Amino acid sequence: MFTYTLRRLAISVPTLILISLVIFLLLELAPGDPMAQVPLTVPPEVKERMREALGLGEPMHIRYFKWLQQFFVIEPLHLIDHWFGTTFAEGSQRVISWQTRSPVMDIVVQRMPQTLWVVGMSYVVGILIALPIGIYSAYKQYSVFDQAGTLVSMIGFSVPPFFSGVLVIVIFSVNLGWFPSIYDTTHVVNDWDSFKIQLQQMVLPVMVLALQTTAQISRFMRASMLDNLGQDYVRTARAKGLKEGAVVMVHVLRNSMIPVVTVIALGIPAIFGGAIITEQVFKVNGIGQLLITALFANDLPMVQTLTFIFAILIVVFNLIADVLYGILDPRIRYD
Amino acid sequence: MTDVAPRPGALADPVPEGPPSSQMRDIWHQFRKHRGALFGGGFLIFITLFVLVGPYVWPFDPQQLDIRNKDLRPIYVALWDGDAKVAWIHPFGTDNLGRDIMANMISGGRASMAVGWTAMLLSLIIGTAIGVISGYFKSLDGLLMRFTDLVLSLPILPLLLVAVTLFRQPLRANFGPETGMFILIVTVIGLTSWMNTARIVRGEILALKEREFVLAARSIGTKPFTIIRRHLLPNVVSPIMVSATLGLATAIITESALSFLGVGFPSDFPTWGKILSDSVPRMAEFPERVMLPGLAISLTVLSVNYLGDGLRDALDPRIRGR
Repeated sequence: MFTYTLRRLAISVPTLILISLVIFLLLELAPGDPMAQVPLTVPPEVKERMREALGLGEPMHIRYFKWLQQFFVIEPLHLIDHWFGTTFAEGSQRVISWQTRSPVMDIVVQRMPQTLWVVGMSYVVGILIALPIGIYSAYKQYSVFDQAGTLVSMIGFSVPPFFSGVLVIVIFSVNLGWFPSIYDTTHVVNDWDSFKIQLQQMVLPVMVLALQTTAQISRFMRASMLDNLGQDYVRTARAKGLKEGAVVMVHVLRNSMIPVVTVIALGIPAIFGGAIITEQVFKVNGIGQLLITALFANDLPMVQTLTFIFAILIVVFNLIADVLYGILDPRIRYD
Repeated sequence: MTDVAPRPGALADPVPEGPPSSQMRDIWHQFRKHRGALFGGGFLIFITLFVLVGPYVWPFDPQQLDIRNKDLRPIYVALWDGDAKVAWIHPFGTDNLGRDIMANMISGGRASMAVGWTAMLLSLIIGTAIGVISGYFKSLDGLLMRFTDLVLSLPILPLLLVAVTLFRQPLRANFGPETGMFILIVTVIGLTSWMNTARIVRGEILALKEREFVLAARSIGTKPFTIIRRHLLPNVVSPIMVSATLGLATAIITESALSFLGVGFPSDFPTWGKILSDSVPRMAEFPERVMLPGLAISLTVLSVNYLGDGLRDALDPRIRGR
């Protein structure tokens, strides 16, 4: 198991480096010029100095390695300094946003909690709804419940979040007036009433994101339960007189959870990507919205860093999923 | 004179009652059993005809401004709201500039479907080529599959956003605003969605390659590309078709998402996603302007998904017999 994990780790390092190269080259080869907005009256030599001030004077490969160093060495050192009050990274150049002239990572850290709250909560809610639906519709295959579940999850697959989000806003916040349509991130929870307001404003975005999660995971749960319900060990368990509840909820469920757990782990980075749209619909100022504003403001360091963070999330959760699968199912540990 | 000895009963083959049923008929029989797939296929044909024939039937130009009749509600609103501003000349209402909503839906649907189909075809071609090559030629397999893994772990939506924003200006300058955007969006969607097709095709090819008919073809000296064209590709058509339906659904959703986020087509060139996002600020007063394009996108994608589900069942010979 240990060598298996090590090998997977070793594969993911070159993957990450290649992805960083792809992202860097994409931004580099794009024909846009960050100096395009500067007035024409600015003399060329001043423009050249401005270019150097933005860190654009060096050749391409040097900037790439500088960016890598900033991202992988200097920013973690700053984090350590911040946590323990040390001074490892004193005086080193951080990744600076062109919009705000402040370090990119500081802004990301400010925006991260909003995204994590909404996205994380919706993922948990989605899973909690999906698992029982999947179990029950597999146990009663082709029943009315199963057919309805199939229909609902097909709808969940097909309705894009920018429509379902707008739809729930029209229904629940415009017509019924139950929930606010905009997520207020400045809201402070300090007593019972403000907690209730926080819950109310989270309902709509969580519902929209959870619909998609539920659709996906309940399908997987159902398929995996169906695979296991026909196995011989289930018949054995029934034959030795176990209660039906114990057979299904202990024997079958535990074995069916193996692929589902990895699917859950694999879905986490995708939901961050999907949250870009949901954040836009409900005006949550999380990292998805940060990416969009940075794109429109032509803030390349910010875009680069955020895209790479998304990539790291994908690679890390792929790794977690693979290792989890290895832990849960000894058959695939081919070392 | 020889007597024809009566055959023993066990050997008397009953004459077949009819000609053997062809494969296509079996597939159609299985497909017909899947009610969702039938509905999906029907709706897809309907919506395709709607966007193709629509402009010739519907009398309005989507860009034509009718200032006297702006902000009209659809005619059915008058059923429950007698004061609503409706007019028979625009049964589905007009937007804030007086452009006919139905005409915009038709031309927006044309754009969305065109993007969806072209991007899907592009990703199918790339995916099939990579899948076949890496399945058939062992020396390229490792490299191509590592490449596929790499592309699979790229963050697709952020990269799409980045690519579209950064490459928008030069393409629009070279090909004009609409064609340039079309090329850009189709290319980026196609380039980022071929991975699943490639994996599925590779798996099928790996299994087919070891079968006897391929060995036979090789033993009489057939060239590799002829084997691929004549013997392998016809056998992987069914998984390709199933992933084509999935690809069409994803392409339509991705294009609408890009338009919704404001990096898609220019706003005088409507697509369903663009109409939806343009109507969001006034959705409290005019909910139908959000509902119509949203429903169109959702129903199209839903029907395509059901169609794929039915095709998967119908084309799988293990399921078909039952």
